[in-house]
Amino acid sequence: MRLAPLDRKLFRDLWHLKGQAFAIAMVIGCGVATVIVMFGTLESLRATGEAYYERYRFADVFAPLKRAPVYRAADIAKIPGVSEVSTRVVMSVTLDIPGMNEPAMARLISLPETGQDPLNRIALREGRWVNARHPDEVIVSENLALAHGLRPGDTFGAIINGKKRSLNIVGIALSPEFIYAIGPGQLMPDDRTFGITWMGRRALEAAFDLEGAFNDVSVSLLRSASEPAVIEQLDTLLAAYGGVGAYGREDQISATFVSNEIKQLDTMGNLIAPVFLAVAAFLLHIVVSRMIDTEREQIGLLKAFGYTKWEVGRHYLEFVLVLTLFGIALGIALGVWMGRGLTNFYGDFFRFPFLYYRLDFSVMAWATFVALSASVLGTIYAVGRSVKLEAAVAMRPALPVVYRRSLLEKLNIIKNLSAPTRMIWRHLMRWPARTGLTVLGISLSVALIIMSLFPLDAVEFIIETYYFKSQRQDADVTFVESRKSTALNATMKMPGVLTAEPFRHVPVKLHSGHLTERVGLIGLYPDARISQLLDSDLRPIAVPPEGVALSGYLAKRLNLKRGDLVTVETMSGKRPEARMPITAVVKQYIGMSAYMDASALDRFMREGSVISGVRIMMDQNAALDLYTNLKNTPAIAGITLKSTALRSFRDTLAESIEISIAFYLFFGGMIAFGVVYNSARISLSERSRELASLRVLGFTKAEVGYILLGELTLLTLAALPVGALLGYGLAWMLVLGFETELFRIPLSVSPSTYAISMIMVVVSTLVSSAVVVSRINKLDLIAVLKTRD
Amino acid sequence: MSKISSQKVCFATHNLSKVYITGDIEVHALRDVTLEIYEGESVVLLGPSGSGKSTLLNILGGIDRPSSGHVSFRGLDMTARTESELTQFRRQNVGFVFQFYNLIPSLTARENVEIVTEISSDPMPAADALNMVGLSERIDHFPAQLSGGEQQRVAIARAIAKRPGVLLCDEPTGALDSKTGVVVLDAIARIGEELGTTIAIITHNASIADMADRVMSFADGHIVDIKENASRAPALGLHW
Repeated sequence: MRLAPLDRKLFRDLWHLKGQAFAIAMVIGCGVATVIVMFGTLESLRATGEAYYERYRFADVFAPLKRAPVYRAADIAKIPGVSEVSTRVVMSVTLDIPGMNEPAMARLISLPETGQDPLNRIALREGRWVNARHPDEVIVSENLALAHGLRPGDTFGAIINGKKRSLNIVGIALSPEFIYAIGPGQLMPDDRTFGITWMGRRALEAAFDLEGAFNDVSVSLLRSASEPAVIEQLDTLLAAYGGVGAYGREDQISATFVSNEIKQLDTMGNLIAPVFLAVAAFLLHIVVSRMIDTEREQIGLLKAFGYTKWEVGRHYLEFVLVLTLFGIALGIALGVWMGRGLTNFYGDFFRFPFLYYRLDFSVMAWATFVALSASVLGTIYAVGRSVKLEAAVAMRPALPVVYRRSLLEKLNIIKNLSAPTRMIWRHLMRWPARTGLTVLGISLSVALIIMSLFPLDAVEFIIETYYFKSQRQDADVTFVESRKSTALNATMKMPGVLTAEPFRHVPVKLHSGHLTERVGLIGLYPDARISQLLDSDLRPIAVPPEGVALSGYLAKRLNLKRGDLVTVETMSGKRPEARMPITAVVKQYIGMSAYMDASALDRFMREGSVISGVRIMMDQNAALDLYTNLKNTPAIAGITLKSTALRSFRDTLAESIEISIAFYLFFGGMIAFGVVYNSARISLSERSRELASLRVLGFTKAEVGYILLGELTLLTLAALPVGALLGYGLAWMLVLGFETELFRIPLSVSPSTYAISMIMVVVSTLVSSAVVVSRINKLDLIAVLKTRD
Repeated sequence: MSKISSQKVCFATHNLSKVYITGDIEVHALRDVTLEIYEGESVVLLGPSGSGKSTLLNILGGIDRPSSGHVSFRGLDMTARTESELTQFRRQNVGFVFQFYNLIPSLTARENVEIVTEISSDPMPAADALNMVGLSERIDHFPAQLSGGEQQRVAIARAIAKRPGVLLCDEPTGALDSKTGVVVLDAIARIGEELGTTIAIITHNASIADMADRVMSFADGHIVDIKENASRAPALGLHW
């Protein structure tokens, strides 16, 4: 097949502009790849998650309680909308794992003697099911097993209802209910100190004197069911059995973590992809405009030969489309490759027992459509000019470019410039829109890098605020049941405890109009020094003697402010309910809570003075003694050490943040390179005649290079502060996008993040400059003498 | 003849040849050219396009190198100079005037002159150079605001402002009408007289030959004739 001459011209033009064409195609490719990576991964994780939940029959509503007879399950099944009911025994135990000093906790969950429960099934990864005749056989969660190198056949110690027992591991399993396993008092998963363990139901019932009873129930719903209605009826039914409030999947901690993680991917994808495509559209606009300028005589000639204006317009549009399609192909390839990688990463991260990589054709089609639209929109104006050029006009040389003194020069603000510097300045001022867009393009890459690095700053800021200003304790000790405040004295007497402060935790539902939030109401003492509330300026404040204090995000979710009334419905004990004034709104980046003066809470609960746990400061030298003591204290439900909590907080957040940083550093670098390289090449092509003339007049290569690179330097310097500002803006959007009930990120960008981002972009500028400088050596000095502009 | 031979040699070439190879074709632009150009004289290199005169001028001006043979400037060999040495040579000694002026569009007339005087060791003030070509009035205009003849005179001012030893003009009137061309040539001639600059002008216009001390005619890469004018005709008297 013979190509039409215009098509051959098209491919030769592309080849001639290969450097620039490739840079633009890469920017388009990055945009397309972001869409494919983010939405492909999103789609895959959603599909995998849903399949996981469905295959292992993850329940819809969960309700913990104290103790209810098994026959009550039949009543639950009668609640309209309930499809299936599954009752269990769930207990917290302290573990004694060989080789580990600190106490670890586990949730011990019952397994039926034969088969699996109708809901919340587990995926056995290794080993076998427990044998009903061997009460010490357990299956452990894969997270816990991996964190301690445990295998089937290994044993470990546990204090079960006050008795130390040795448990034999027979299997290792995963559960959709504990994709993230978070222990009592913990904020982030820490597989070393908390895990899930399954045990035969009869053995567990026997250990806790719960024969013929259950203390945890899960239900699945019919498609037509109303979740709030079921929860309400369940709460009513279980109130007599010590129910502490049923909740749906959106309040199930693991499910919330997973959906937050997925929400973050969505936010990133929606935020970033448009940036790339806008930059690509701008680059195409510049390159095609320049191409049409340099080819005006050819355009005139083609028209003189009888090519219609549409044929000419189509030629240039085809140039854009071929380049864009190349970029899209690159982007899809890159996106699928990176998307698989990211999906696998998250698959491991979430420990899904299986993984679907699903890339919807519609995602590809959408990315292609958006990229093509951006390209066409970016170039339609330039192509339109080629269409409008009259043959006779086009064949005459273009009118000389008219320069003027810029305003700053006229006002004498800029003076005493050397002639080369003046050339740079006037060239930039001659096309202010192009200069502005180039600065914007470079600054977007600065902004992208700032945005990708800033979450690390935010994590450090959160840690500083939460662990060193607000929650300063070395360890949190949570009791199994609320103890009289004498428990405080017992804790104080333990070796290594320097000071201790009690707290009370009551599960509550807060209501405001139609809004409801399930949170912990925490009772604090006004003279508390270890654990402090912070005001919006992060200054410590005492817990208000009356009313409740809400964390900022909780107040926002309930649409309440200081002075408003909130209905507090408690979910334990005598379940008192009252309307209380909000007397303070406190700053809290992690979790959501409500706070009350401990004595006021005691009066409200009408149970006397009760505490749920203590926060302690400890002597690190006596830590081992204290750990042993704590491990052997049956009344303790959980111990959270600040050191391990900090580590797991950093690990969990950093792991997912780091991978996105790697992505965006690459993408941001590509944008900087694409914009700077194109800008330099265009400038070189516009000025090659000037620069060659100067070379003939005795300018050295370095002096000529100064004119070209001086322009790039100015553009880059102008872009750095703009980029810093835009980066702050993107960070702000990210802060809004990442706001979840689990944590909020503060808008705090460190100077080093600005510095690193700027350095990255400067390096990118230097690399593209080096490529362009090599072109100065190739300027044809002789040709320039003989040709007209 | 005696007037010329008594003077010092500015440029000397010996068996200078230049071969361009484009693809499979060899083009002999210069074949064994041997000549001398003296200090302070004004030479017109005359010939049709492709006769080798531009190639010679480019080699003399240090922007091209010969394929074989030798060229020297004020007794120093130029053939073996490095590129940066040639740049310094152009910077210190050569003023160029091009057919299409090659002004920097973003700089005014004065600034176009200054861009060269800024990098010279002993330049004249830009205003003086522009005054010499009769452009004092248009000193702050941009190239796009000047006529062709005015632009070419700015280019001449730019070339002479650094007080170069030689002024090399490649078809300086090629893009101008005869009336404007004569004004430009007059400016070049006056520079030669006032500053004693050695001038080489390339042209295919035989009418210009009369303003030179000597006329070298080129054809096919050779010098076919060297004619010495008894006296230089005033440029303003030329017409074509």
